[in-house]
Amino acid sequence: MEMGWRWDFTLEILPQMAIATLNTILAAGVGYAIALVVGLFFLLGQRTPFKIINWINREIVEFIRSTPLLIQLFFVYFVLPQFGITLSAWVCGMITIGLHFGTYLSEVYRGALEGVSKTQWEACRALNFSTVYTYRRIVLPQAFPIAIPGMGNYLVGIFKDTPLLSTIGVAELFHAATAVGGYNYRYLEPYTIVGVIFLTLSIPAAMWVRKLEKDVNKAQGKIKK
Amino acid sequence: MTYFEFLNEHGVTLLLGTVTTIKVLVCSMILYVIISMIFGLMRLSKNLAVQGLATVYIEFFRGTSLLVQLFWAYYVLPFFGISLEAFTAGVVALGLNFGAYGAEIVRAGILAVPKGQWEAAHALNFTPAKRIKRIIIPQIFPIILPPAANLTVELLKATALVALVTVVDLTFEAKQINSITWLSAQCFGTALLIYYIIARFALVPFLRWLEVLAARKIGKERI
Repeated sequence: MEMGWRWDFTLEILPQMAIATLNTILAAGVGYAIALVVGLFFLLGQRTPFKIINWINREIVEFIRSTPLLIQLFFVYFVLPQFGITLSAWVCGMITIGLHFGTYLSEVYRGALEGVSKTQWEACRALNFSTVYTYRRIVLPQAFPIAIPGMGNYLVGIFKDTPLLSTIGVAELFHAATAVGGYNYRYLEPYTIVGVIFLTLSIPAAMWVRKLEKDVNKAQGKIKK
Repeated sequence: MTYFEFLNEHGVTLLLGTVTTIKVLVCSMILYVIISMIFGLMRLSKNLAVQGLATVYIEFFRGTSLLVQLFWAYYVLPFFGISLEAFTAGVVALGLNFGAYGAEIVRAGILAVPKGQWEAAHALNFTPAKRIKRIIIPQIFPIILPPAANLTVELLKATALVALVTVVDLTFEAKQINSITWLSAQCFGTALLIYYIIARFALVPFLRWLEVLAARKIGKERI
């Protein structure tokens, strides 16, 4: 076996890796979209006036947050068929990522809502605004910029966790690299390419989140630091 | 097969895996704390080369996926003549990855100590070493421990990934038992439960205790 970097091999596998990258981006995007919605449900569970629902909600969130995503993936992928629900690896992966990161996003939402000063609510009550109107025009516009950095960070976080999907057979970037590496008995180039692709995508994404944070703050008339 | 029979047959195997998981956790925890301290300080260095090196390290490990780093350490390093045992590769990858996140926490913690503290220590003619040791570090801990606690729980969860580079930990055993018995609900459910118990009833209380200790040390009765 030849040692050192082989450019011909790199060029040969690059198209395959590029296609797999699209799958990774798709997985991250869909997973994130599900997580955003799931987060809202967990937030609702947290804010309902029923103590018992609050408690159940908190325990579920706590459980999902303190157990590994990897085993959750296995659990969903292997256990659901035992109950007669057979889903494809893609669907299982998306559901699990959505649930896992939904718990994190609900915390982001909660922090953002609590970040809006209580006097804002009191002022709206004094002005006789309805609850819906208060949320829509007063609270959410102020909560949103607080939530932006956290939401952005989890988008990047989900993107970096998508390689886990390869363990249940979702054909994303890491899966492609392992397949190519196993076929050719060369892991140096495939895994290095995966690393480079992740870097070139996630660093600009992180920078974009930081810029977004600044822009939203500016639009709100707040200049941070 | 009832759940009790399942535990009777496979409980010991799962517990042995749990011991490995805890070993991985403790080793990588020590490694990541040391790395975060070093690189957190380097990030604040006035020397541009030192600062640049720390920035590159942090951006690199935060920018790529842990799983990729893990596989790189285990499958690619042998190409360069460095063959690590699976356990070592796992601990090193975890330590380096979490060290990058930890370095940012340490950096933010140092920056959060009010400037007046530095100036007062300076005015009192403390030596630089004494200034760091007696004035700055005791004030950093209460600031960095809460985010570091979150990171450490993430580390516990991340240790599951070492199973994929053949470290025989709890995840590995669960997968193994699953492939023999196909009792997926039992083995993955039990594994989830064990991780949850470690996090909720051992790791988190330990970290809270550290937080209380650090707060008490500087005379703040917090939390």
